Amino acid sequence: MSAVSASTSETVVTYEGRWRRRLYPIVMHAVMLTAVFLVTFPLIYALILSTQDSGIGSLRPGTAIVENFRGAWARAEMALLIRNTLVVALAVAFGKIMLSIMGAYALIYFRVRGGMILLAVVMLTHLLPLPVRIVPTYDLLTELGWVDTFKGLTIPFFASATGLLLFQQFFRTVPTDLADAARVDGAGPFRFLISILIPVSRTNIGALFLIEFVYMWNQYLWPLIVANSVRTRQVQIGIKQLVATDAVIEWGILTAGAITVIVPPLIVLLVLQRSLMSGLSSSTEDF
Amino acid sequence: MNTVFPNRILPYLLLAPSVILVLVFFIYPAAQSVELSLYRVNRVRDVQVYVGLENFQRLFESDNYINSLTVSAKFTVAVVAAALTISLALAVGASLPIRGFGIYRTLLIWTYALSPAIAGVIWALLTDPAIGLLTDVFNAVGINFNWRQGKDDALIFLIMAATWKILGYDILFFLAGLKNIPHEVLEAAALDGANSWTRFWRMVLPLLRPTILFLLIMNTLYASFETFGLIDITTQGGPGRATSLLIYELYQDGFKSSSRIGLASAQSLVLLGIVATLTFIQYRFISRRTFYQ
Repeated sequence: MSAVSASTSETVVTYEGRWRRRLYPIVMHAVMLTAVFLVTFPLIYALILSTQDSGIGSLRPGTAIVENFRGAWARAEMALLIRNTLVVALAVAFGKIMLSIMGAYALIYFRVRGGMILLAVVMLTHLLPLPVRIVPTYDLLTELGWVDTFKGLTIPFFASATGLLLFQQFFRTVPTDLADAARVDGAGPFRFLISILIPVSRTNIGALFLIEFVYMWNQYLWPLIVANSVRTRQVQIGIKQLVATDAVIEWGILTAGAITVIVPPLIVLLVLQRSLMSGLSSSTEDF
Repeated sequence: MNTVFPNRILPYLLLAPSVILVLVFFIYPAAQSVELSLYRVNRVRDVQVYVGLENFQRLFESDNYINSLTVSAKFTVAVVAAALTISLALAVGASLPIRGFGIYRTLLIWTYALSPAIAGVIWALLTDPAIGLLTDVFNAVGINFNWRQGKDDALIFLIMAATWKILGYDILFFLAGLKNIPHEVLEAAALDGANSWTRFWRMVLPLLRPTILFLLIMNTLYASFETFGLIDITTQGGPGRATSLLIYELYQDGFKSSSRIGLASAQSLVLLGIVATLTFIQYRFISRRTFYQ
């Protein structure tokens, strides 16, 4: 590191100094603003189109925004689909958080014979993403009578190697004194878990909630196969229906539907962004 | 080790739900994938003939499947290369120690919340042959772009949409990786005129190596599997079979035809081979950490 700072100070002559203090930040702001604009432009364009009568396609906002959103919500039964997707995303997020905390707690705070093998079994989920077992998993759902049910859309997703590793890693960093003190105070394993361990894990819980909520909200393939009726249909498939209903795509209505679907995960991202960032930074340290 | 509580049965009860779910919904179906790949079998299962490795042989003798492998490889390489390059540049930019730059760290990660299907809708709009704004731009510089009819155009269209969607995720991880790099290193790499490029390569990039390797694997998995919704909502594998990636072929054979269950299962195992290779690389060269989704 010392070599770095030495050579930096060498180059700070008058010209370099002014460049560094005045112009450089302005130029970099301009560069970054352009980048943000380019990355965000497709969404802005979609927003503009959601205000227009279909088929215009100019950059001038129109006056049909209410009609377009009404149209999208009516045609895709958006209110019901949002409810359905919320049920699935929240159930899986909470289910995964609960199961991974339970598993990591068992592995770190108890003596588990064969713990490594049990951990390895859960880790196998990384090797077996849905496409690798999709036909037999669907058959299994048929046998269980879970096709077109919320059980079928959620329970197969509950096990989480990601969450288990995340909490296992985190629990290792929790000072041993905490658990010792709890034991001396006469707290049983459940009291310790609920009143100490879970509260100190809230950043990791927030990070995992964000990841799983967004993941489930954006599910496409599994709901396409499993949720065959509007009773369980998920938002992404609702968008597919807006695309597929007409020979001529009504862009105003389609973009209104798409924007509706983007909003919930975007809110979750904004609220929990900090948790995710600090969860990621601490977990990437041991790479 | 901080083993504190003496209970003997409790830990097994805590682990049981996870282990049972993995056995029932992961290992048992995966074993069945292996079994089914050795049979000629239809959806209702009234025909079930053991055929050994015939399904694999059919697969690799099929022009369509070879085409799908080629298209998937092109798509994946393009998406991974474009996404990593762009997101690394943007993340390094947003990490510069300049006042007011914190806002870019928020404004650049939002595509993380987007689904591939929605990304498809938005890019279909941007590049619509009739009303697309980008189509006009392309026309203005003399490029005729029509992804609904041109085979190469269709693949390029998917690459653009898929790359755009994953930028948020990649930038998020690069920002997290860059957070661990001292400010002076970044500043020195960004500032000093002629030397900055060399400094970036020599000092910043090596420190980001683990993040890059991790994202390389995650983006490959994303391009291979998560882009199903993007394809299904836009090109549906066409025109012809120009954008029928492996995951789309699998869906077609497994769920859109009634007699190709064995063939679909063989395809599942090909995908397992790809995942296994990536997982091996990840464990070998990175660590046990994974953020899968």
